[in-house]
Amino acid sequence: MFRAIIVRLMQSIPVLLLVAVLSFILMHLLPGDPAVVIAGADATPAAVERIRSELGLDQPIWQQLLSWFLSLAQGKFGSSLVLNQTVLSAVAERLPVTLSLAALSLAITLPIGITLGILAAYFRSSWIDAGVMMIALVGVSVPSFWIAILSVILFSVTLGWVPSSGYAPLLTAGPGPWFASLIQPAMVLSLFQIGFLARMTRSAMLDVLDQDFIRTARAKGVSEWRTVGKHGFRNALVAVVTVGGIIISLLIGGSVVVEQVFALPGIGRLVVQGIMARDYPLIQGTMLLFGFAFVLINVAVDIIYTLVDPRVRYD
Amino acid sequence: MAEQPLLSVENLTVQFRGDNGWVNAVEGVDFAVGAGECLGIVGESGSGKSVSALSILKLHSQANTRYASGTIRYGDRDLLTLPQRRLRQVRGGEIAMIFQDPMSSLNPVLTIADQIMEPLRQHQGLSVQAARRKAIELLEMVRISDASRRIDDYPHRLSGGMRQRVMIAIAVACRPKILIADEPTTALDVTIQSQILELLRELQREIGMAVILITHDLGVVAQFAQRVVVMYAGRVVETASVPALFERPMHPYTEGLIRAVPNLDEDVHRLTTIPGSIPDPSTLIAGCRFSPRCREAVKSCLAEPPALVDAGAGHFARCPPRIAAGGIS
Repeated sequence: MFRAIIVRLMQSIPVLLLVAVLSFILMHLLPGDPAVVIAGADATPAAVERIRSELGLDQPIWQQLLSWFLSLAQGKFGSSLVLNQTVLSAVAERLPVTLSLAALSLAITLPIGITLGILAAYFRSSWIDAGVMMIALVGVSVPSFWIAILSVILFSVTLGWVPSSGYAPLLTAGPGPWFASLIQPAMVLSLFQIGFLARMTRSAMLDVLDQDFIRTARAKGVSEWRTVGKHGFRNALVAVVTVGGIIISLLIGGSVVVEQVFALPGIGRLVVQGIMARDYPLIQGTMLLFGFAFVLINVAVDIIYTLVDPRVRYD
Repeated sequence: MAEQPLLSVENLTVQFRGDNGWVNAVEGVDFAVGAGECLGIVGESGSGKSVSALSILKLHSQANTRYASGTIRYGDRDLLTLPQRRLRQVRGGEIAMIFQDPMSSLNPVLTIADQIMEPLRQHQGLSVQAARRKAIELLEMVRISDASRRIDDYPHRLSGGMRQRVMIAIAVACRPKILIADEPTTALDVTIQSQILELLRELQREIGMAVILITHDLGVVAQFAQRVVVMYAGRVVETASVPALFERPMHPYTEGLIRAVPNLDEDVHRLTTIPGSIPDPSTLIAGCRFSPRCREAVKSCLAEPPALVDAGAGHFARCPPRIAAGGIS
């Protein structure tokens, strides 16, 4: 088992290299020039040229890639061009916001999405099923910025229950304001994820509930609740864990739109800022960190499979 | 049977949802089983034998099944109208069931221990420790070697025969009065088949339970059962004691089935079959449902559905011409 994990992590190295090269190429394919952004609108061509050579942007592309890789090999992610801080500290500063949002949103999504999916499968082709599928369809297809704005109008402007924007850190502001600042964006985020999770849970449960061992459970006199919850859901769990992994990956990457609408200083906004400013080291660094996070999440999901399904073994 | 049978199925009609409305899967089925008796239900695929068996504990999918008529009398209760909660006490407690495919009938993500202990905890209210001790005893009873270690295995580590033994252990855990065995050996190797049947026979004697054995194998019935119900296209076509059925089959279908069993004493070049195949439940046949395949069909067979007629000595057959002729072909 331990060996299997090590092997998985080793296998992810080429993936990460590919992520690094791709994010580098993509950034440099974008029109625009960080030197122009830094120098400002009124700068002379000579000044822009000077900044460009200071940043090493006048070197051939392959040389820039090589020097970035060399510094990565020494563990240096470099510094942001515009933020006046290192990439790592910029990410570390915003990570708590994104993680808080992710955790809260997950805490809403998992119980609701799974319950709805199980109910829909158990009462298949009834009005309950139709209702759940309707909610799921709305959740998946309605754009989150629109829901976010409507939600702000209702809960912040009209009812005044929660602030419309901004973030209150857990440690300095305390749990109350922290929760109040995040509950609304977390619910908006959850709407999509609940739809996604409910659909996947439903289809996994539909498969399982048709299996012979469900009939065996009923023949033993096991209650419907336990038949569905224990015998059924335990078998659908592999699918649920897979979807859970995807949802967490999406959340860690930061929810660009929701963070933007609610003015939350998280990773999503950092990335958008970086792209706007053509902040090459920042974008490349965060992309690489995302890649690493995704790899870790996938390894974690693979490990959870072995706990959930005794037939899965990595030797 | 003079005294009140343990379980009697009367006039059972089960309908499944089809593309064009409800279709009769079984129609007007009657049979009964006495305490400690073994009843065989025989028929080819699609004859309705499994449908009837699953109906006893109402194990069909609720959304697509309708019990259009009939009663399933068990003691003073009708299992078809029993409330869910009380039906659950019967299921696995008083009437237990094992199924055709032991590969898919055990839950792959729960240990054997978990699955055997469940009915013990449910029906007998045993503590976890007591249930576990009992489960190990049960595994030993169904001859699983090294039971105290095997009990913590998951089903995928066991062979097909062992899994069927586990299924049997689960079924007899609460010493049921009736065991319904739905083709318990069909999915197993021939050598394992006889072991499983032998085990069932021993357990039947030990526990004193009645067994309803559903099979398409007349040889199994001959070995195992005292009475037989022969089903065809959703109806009972003949019912008799085992010796009577094999000596004097009344219905041409039964006769065909018996003739289709290869005789090992003779050189057989070509296996005997019944020509044609079982009709689809949704096709309407005015008269006897077997008439399209019957060589002896006369005009009256095509006109109206024949009744199940008493041929004497507890022998019934749904073939009036044969019974009128004295039953011997």
